[in-house]
Amino acid sequence: MNGLWSAPLAWVGRSALELSAGFGRFGRFTASAVRALSDTGTWGRQLIEQMARLGVESIPIAVFIAAFTGIVLALQASYTFTGAVPLYFVGALVAKTMILELGPVLTGLALAGRVGANIASEIGTMRVTEQIDALETLAYDPVAYLVVPRVLAGVVMFPIVVAFADAVGIAAGWITSINLLDLSTPEFVRGVRLFFDTFDVRYSLVKATSFGLVVTLVGCFSGFGAAGGAAAVGRATTQAVVLSSMLILVLDAFWAAVLL
Amino acid sequence: MSIRIWEVRKSFGARVVLDGVTLDVDAGETVAIIGFSGSGKSVLLKTIVGLLKPDSGAVFVDGQDVGALRREELYALRRQVGYVFQFAALFDSMTVEENVAMGLRRVPGMTEAQIRERVEESLRLVELEGYGARLPGQLSGGQRKRVGLARAIATRPRYVLYDEPTTGLDPVTTAVIDRLILKLDRELGVTSLVVTHNMESALRIADRIAFLHDGRVRFTGTPDEVRSSEDPIVRAFIEGRPELAQEVV
Ligand SMILES: Nc1ncnc2c1ncn2[C@@H]1O[C@H](COP(=O)(O)OP(=O)(O)OP(=O)(O)O)[C@@H](O)[C@H]1O
Ligand SMILES: [Mg+2]
Repeated sequence: MNGLWSAPLAWVGRSALELSAGFGRFGRFTASAVRALSDTGTWGRQLIEQMARLGVESIPIAVFIAAFTGIVLALQASYTFTGAVPLYFVGALVAKTMILELGPVLTGLALAGRVGANIASEIGTMRVTEQIDALETLAYDPVAYLVVPRVLAGVVMFPIVVAFADAVGIAAGWITSINLLDLSTPEFVRGVRLFFDTFDVRYSLVKATSFGLVVTLVGCFSGFGAAGGAAAVGRATTQAVVLSSMLILVLDAFWAAVLL
Repeated sequence: MSIRIWEVRKSFGARVVLDGVTLDVDAGETVAIIGFSGSGKSVLLKTIVGLLKPDSGAVFVDGQDVGALRREELYALRRQVGYVFQFAALFDSMTVEENVAMGLRRVPGMTEAQIRERVEESLRLVELEGYGARLPGQLSGGQRKRVGLARAIATRPRYVLYDEPTTGLDPVTTAVIDRLILKLDRELGVTSLVVTHNMESALRIADRIAFLHDGRVRFTGTPDEVRSSEDPIVRAFIEGRPELAQEVV
């Protein structure tokens, strides 16, 4: 019994220790980012550029995903409703699903890949090529210079990108409905209005904000932790994408439990 | 205005790299650090600006214990210290100009015009005028290294730490950089530590030479004392004859 179980138990123990050490590091990293917020002179200059890179440049991919999601939602709704439910409910389903769930979550996951990977590989490369050390010697706090503007840009821009996605998804559902389904614009709008609540929009944007925080913070944390060479940067990038995607899904469930 | 390294120990895992290094650099002095590859020269240099923390021992710059400084104090100290990285460590998304300007942007009260002027002057000192608009990826290794040097000295620091400033440069450019180091030393009274593999450079620029071996400073002396040293390991190093060192081991 002893021999059989000691190896897996040791593995579990080691993993648990590593995990808690990782949480500790992440906590300290977050604390250092909060502290660096006061160093406005260092991050102020970077913020606009990061907002453009993380936010504005993400809009095309978000719009692309949302458009196809809206089309599919409309078609599947009409397929599901056939006969039993009035067809104008398509509008309700498209709007509700887009705003509450698919707008923020699909955009979040796509940006975990685009933004999270981008941040982790850029900062990871700076770490392994001593550019972060160089910042230190030039009296720049690297957390204030690199992390704060990215996280702020994520927090500000993710809701904006998601708002675009929500709108585009609904618009795509509408265009699909009037062209491919037997639905007129007033009927579609009637459906949208049926269950619409401004709370839904706030819920969508709160989720998006939290996703923006998680994706950028985890990306920065993974990049800073890179040690070694190209392989380490690759690992940091993978870790950033996997971890932030998982956290997005966990947060999604969390907000549903807390806010709905 | 001096650097005091006192009994510094540093290990990475089980590997002991620095095993009680003690070395003083007086105000205005230039000390060259020589030693075999992997002997911990870069690690030692990094402890001086707090990029690495010693496991024990301490480093005093300007009389301040680097390890005990609060963040703002540490950054204030770093403004006084220029650091030339062994592998340049240029910001690869910025042009040469922007790289050199980075430190200057932290100097209170400096106008854009003054920054531009200082950048040009610094690039001229390393013989790279006209390269300001290039990206680091478009430079040769030696050019990158000189940009790193220009970046480190642009703010006119009172201390400069050079990690192999001339490795990989041709003999003429090496002489130019050596002369620059001497000039900064003589005209601006800079206190500097120069890690180098180039014995000729070391003998040319250093007031004193320290030989790092087995985690400790095995030998310090003036260039003349080094030339006449009888220590077999020092001789092996300066003559490039490993068999001399083998006899003692
Ligand atoms: N961050 C690190 N993690 C683990 N080991 C390290 C680290 N930095 C340096 N070392 C180890 O410390 C030792 C000394 O490294 P260092 O870079 O100081 O050597 P060096 O004297 O500068 O050599 P070279 O002349 O080749 O540049 C090496 O064995 C190296 O493997
Ligand atoms: Mg080195």
